[in-house]
Amino acid sequence: MPTRNILSRGGDWFGGEGPHHQIVVSSRVRLARNLSGKPFPGWAKKVERSAILDLIRPQVEGLPEMSEASSVACQDLSALEKQVLVERHLISREHAAKGLGSAVVMNRRQTLSIMINEEDHLRMQALRSGLQLRAAFKAINKVDTELEEKLDFAFDPNLGYLTACPSNVGTGMRASAMLHVPALVLSDQINQVVQAVNKIGLAVRGLYGEGTEALGNLFQISNQTTLGEREEEILERLQKVILQVIEHEQNARKNLLQNRPNTLLDHIGRSYGILRHAYSMNSKEALNLLSLAKLGCDLGFYPDTQRRAVDELFMETQPAHLQKGSQKKLATEERDILRSDIIRKKLEAFSSPDVDGVMGRVKEGAGAPADLDPAPGAEGQSSVPE
Amino acid sequence: MLCDVCKVETASVFLTQIVEGKMQKVNMCEACSKEKGVSDPTGFALADLLLGMGAAQPVERSLSEGRRCPKCGFSQSEFTKTGRLGCSVCYSTFSEGLEVMLKGMHKGLRHTGKCPERLQRALALENEVRTLAQELRSAVEGERYEEAAALRDRIKTLEGESLKAAGTGGK
Repeated sequence: MPTRNILSRGGDWFGGEGPHHQIVVSSRVRLARNLSGKPFPGWAKKVERSAILDLIRPQVEGLPEMSEASSVACQDLSALEKQVLVERHLISREHAAKGLGSAVVMNRRQTLSIMINEEDHLRMQALRSGLQLRAAFKAINKVDTELEEKLDFAFDPNLGYLTACPSNVGTGMRASAMLHVPALVLSDQINQVVQAVNKIGLAVRGLYGEGTEALGNLFQISNQTTLGEREEEILERLQKVILQVIEHEQNARKNLLQNRPNTLLDHIGRSYGILRHAYSMNSKEALNLLSLAKLGCDLGFYPDTQRRAVDELFMETQPAHLQKGSQKKLATEERDILRSDIIRKKLEAFSSPDVDGVMGRVKEGAGAPADLDPAPGAEGQSSVPE
Repeated sequence: MLCDVCKVETASVFLTQIVEGKMQKVNMCEACSKEKGVSDPTGFALADLLLGMGAAQPVERSLSEGRRCPKCGFSQSEFTKTGRLGCSVCYSTFSEGLEVMLKGMHKGLRHTGKCPERLQRALALENEVRTLAQELRSAVEGERYEEAAALRDRIKTLEGESLKAAGTGGK
């Protein structure tokens, strides 16, 4: 499948579905693998790197999961195309900087992507919408098992899978979930939560991973350590913590509705006004306002039918996605204008916040709409079919 | 392991720092580490803090200077620069220094997770061959030659299988 087609359609995993989808946007599990005795990509000479790519690529392309895949060498991607893939989390920022000797293979649904010669020979990841860490692990683990029959992976009985950076050695697994937690931010509880999560050996990062800003009230929680625990134990630990953060966020939302309605209404109302009526908007402002619109959907201020438009805008207003449709590279100012145009158009039929409805229910003691308060149940029962 | 500072308590805080290409290692107990203000490992200079007390000991000079990975030619100084290793063999080449580092990074020092199936099969075969070889020895000693011949044939078959298994590596 041509890469152009992949770029023009959205991925199946950011459709805003799956367990706990209101708060957990997506789940991702990646495995790092290397070929035994071959120099890691960062140390390999150009010729060696190309030879390693030629060895791995046909095996990856031959996977049953990749029957309708797009396989593309990094030097054949334009800067804009790379950026689109980064915004979709299909390749890392590091991989976007790669040229000759590196490639990426992605399935049609964009739920699997395999980077060849990133920091390790293989960085394979599975993406799912909502909280589906186990489903994501299952998918990528199957790919790994299939590949290890064909390729000789560097493995040490004591240290496990050997990786270029010692911080990934062992399972080579990094599992992460993207959480949307506007109420924890609005009520100044987010720092406490971040610190608590850090303390138990998990990492909290911004939208695009290490060293990036937490835009749009989006945070990634992932495991920090990879050696000394089984994959299932790591996932279990992560899952537990995420369920707790979900609970905190739900409590913070209830608390805002009941005790600080004016603060909440002011944020919801302003975001509505600006999104509907602005004529220039940078991506940071867009993400932060869209986050409030998403919160508005969750709390019942907007009918559920409007949710999809908001979810789609999160991706469509990112710098590269924005320019994908236009023929030439746009200056920042032009981008900001285009961004506000797209948002106004998409939210044209968006109804104004149903303040009376929501606050009426809060006064009656019914609290938030029913779906705000699902018990943190077991994952997988309501998972989206493969 | 005893604390390098008080030499009484068991060490539970392990610090490693690379200063001018030399790796230094200090082991301390909880109380001494607190006393020295070692709560934020990035915020202080290990050498400054402890060299005066003679507690810091340069680890494996050969490791920092000159040692190269026989497989890929990677050296310790490159690791200091990039924080990445050269190839999978580097893990045994630089194992002494790495162990200290891994201890501070991870939950344990032993992998307990997934193991490639091919390796599991190879290990199982190896074990079986070892058991059969023992039986063969005792059969020969007991002059049970018919039994010994059967065992010898069985071992040959298994060794052939394990060679085949190793050959699918697609190296």
